[in-house]
Amino acid sequence: MDTHTLITLLGEETVKTLLMTLVGTLVSYLIGLPIGVSLIITSPNGIKPMGLYNKVMGFIVNVIRSVPFLILMIALMPYIRKVIGTGIGPKAITAALIVAAAPFVARLVEQSLMEVDPGVIEAAQAMGAGTFQIIWKVLLLEGRPSLLNGAAVAMINILGYSAMAGTVGGGGLGDVAIRYGLYRFQPAIMWITIIILVILVQVMQEAGIRIASKLDNRIS
Amino acid sequence: MSDHIISLQGVTKEFDTKNGKVVALRGIDLDISRGDSYGIIGLSGAGKSTLVRTINLLEQPTEGKVIFDGNVLTGIRSKDLNIQRRKISMIFQQFNLLMQRDAIGNICFPMEIAGVPRAEARAKAEELLKVVDLEDRAHSYPSQLSGGQKQRVAIARALASDPEVILCDEATSALDPKTTRSILKLLRQINEERGITLVVITHEMNVIKQLCNKVAVIENGEIVERGDVQEIFAKPKTRAARKLFFPASEERETPGIKTATRNRLRLAFNEKTAYKPIISNMILETGAPVNLLYANLDALLDEQKGQMVICLSDDKDAAERQKAYLIREGVDFTEIPEESDYYDYPLHGFSEEVTE
Repeated sequence: MDTHTLITLLGEETVKTLLMTLVGTLVSYLIGLPIGVSLIITSPNGIKPMGLYNKVMGFIVNVIRSVPFLILMIALMPYIRKVIGTGIGPKAITAALIVAAAPFVARLVEQSLMEVDPGVIEAAQAMGAGTFQIIWKVLLLEGRPSLLNGAAVAMINILGYSAMAGTVGGGGLGDVAIRYGLYRFQPAIMWITIIILVILVQVMQEAGIRIASKLDNRIS
Repeated sequence: MSDHIISLQGVTKEFDTKNGKVVALRGIDLDISRGDSYGIIGLSGAGKSTLVRTINLLEQPTEGKVIFDGNVLTGIRSKDLNIQRRKISMIFQQFNLLMQRDAIGNICFPMEIAGVPRAEARAKAEELLKVVDLEDRAHSYPSQLSGGQKQRVAIARALASDPEVILCDEATSALDPKTTRSILKLLRQINEERGITLVVITHEMNVIKQLCNKVAVIENGEIVERGDVQEIFAKPKTRAARKLFFPASEERETPGIKTATRNRLRLAFNEKTAYKPIISNMILETGAPVNLLYANLDALLDEQKGQMVICLSDDKDAAERQKAYLIREGVDFTEIPEESDYYDYPLHGFSEEVTE
């Protein structure tokens, strides 16, 4: 393969990986954030304790999280094919990513919101704030730095999932590494993809930390 | 409308813990009048924090009624409760400010919750910053403020909703003595100038002395004594109250003091007599010595009150002359019976009779 083709290939696949990661993260948050918030407020010490819901939702989250991503993806394939028409390629992989990542995001969100000072929540209750006001104005705002750090962790995790999806023909950098590096014995290409992945992770982590601390008014 | 802004009727609170049921409040009845600055004092674990939290139902009573401004709060829908809660502000030991909002943002918070238009809220918050003397810190975040400044922001926030009542839960316990004085002064000003009722939870007698006109002493989830601060200070009826007014009484049990068990008087000084050299003049005039066992000067809402325990001369005539001198000078005194520990003896104040 000449250099030009290689660069084009790597460029295209990097974009695919990034798209899968971004869309996967975004949709995972759309699902996982409300679930995480609901786990916090329905916990026994939360602002709206609901024991049964909390236990059932916690259980579902744990079940999905306990299945390794590769196995979950393969198990989900027939269902994903039914729903979106295909079981392979970036679209199918993104769907699988979301199923796997949303519960993970829910736990990350729960963890972040647990750090919010219960005294501040109590102060808001004493002022007569309703449940949604407390969620919007207290939990999410006070938990913002930790939520953003969690988002960087989630994104990096989802990037890892998307690379793993290469083994089942998912497209993206993982796919390149397996097809060229493993099946065609071209370790150089494998190493290039690894280097690109490392750079992506570094950038995401660094950006996450910077944005989080920039938006944190506790340190200044 | 009644003149009781807050009434608790038979309020009981039980907590289920791993080690079984814990009763925090046992059938509390308490009426707080409009405009009062009502102190609730007790040692830690007495139940005072639970008590104040039942007033705005942060703690649901297991039994009993909470009535605020003529409305029963217990058992109403949370939507209605939230509306009532806007008239009961609260300040906390740990301030509980939003760390991600600046001072003015924190003050706007209760108004946002109540749906006050933004511009109006902003303007009012700026006014309130002036009231608490923090005009120049509007855009400082809590992490940039000292403890006293944080509590001032919290007080401004408490005022933002034009409350009828402010509940103060150990509001000065995390502050140094100087800052404590300035915060207490501010709270007293708010009570006096705005007529806002204060409910003050504390374990420190000094807070009661500087801020409150009424006090209830709570012990083991029960109110054991209540009334005007002046009266209870003068004549505490229960051991719990004496312990609080005489915090170090236990430590004062030294052998030297124990030997003096006869001829003891407790003197009470008021505004007029507190500054005079009564004892030295008494010695000069009667020519007989006295032994000083205990002395303390106190201020109740800025009024000077002093107390002293002395041991009179063994000579009967001299002792009579000494008493006569005290009567002439207008110093109230009580004789302390032999063998009773003076600190356990009802603190005599401003009248002659002592009831136990």
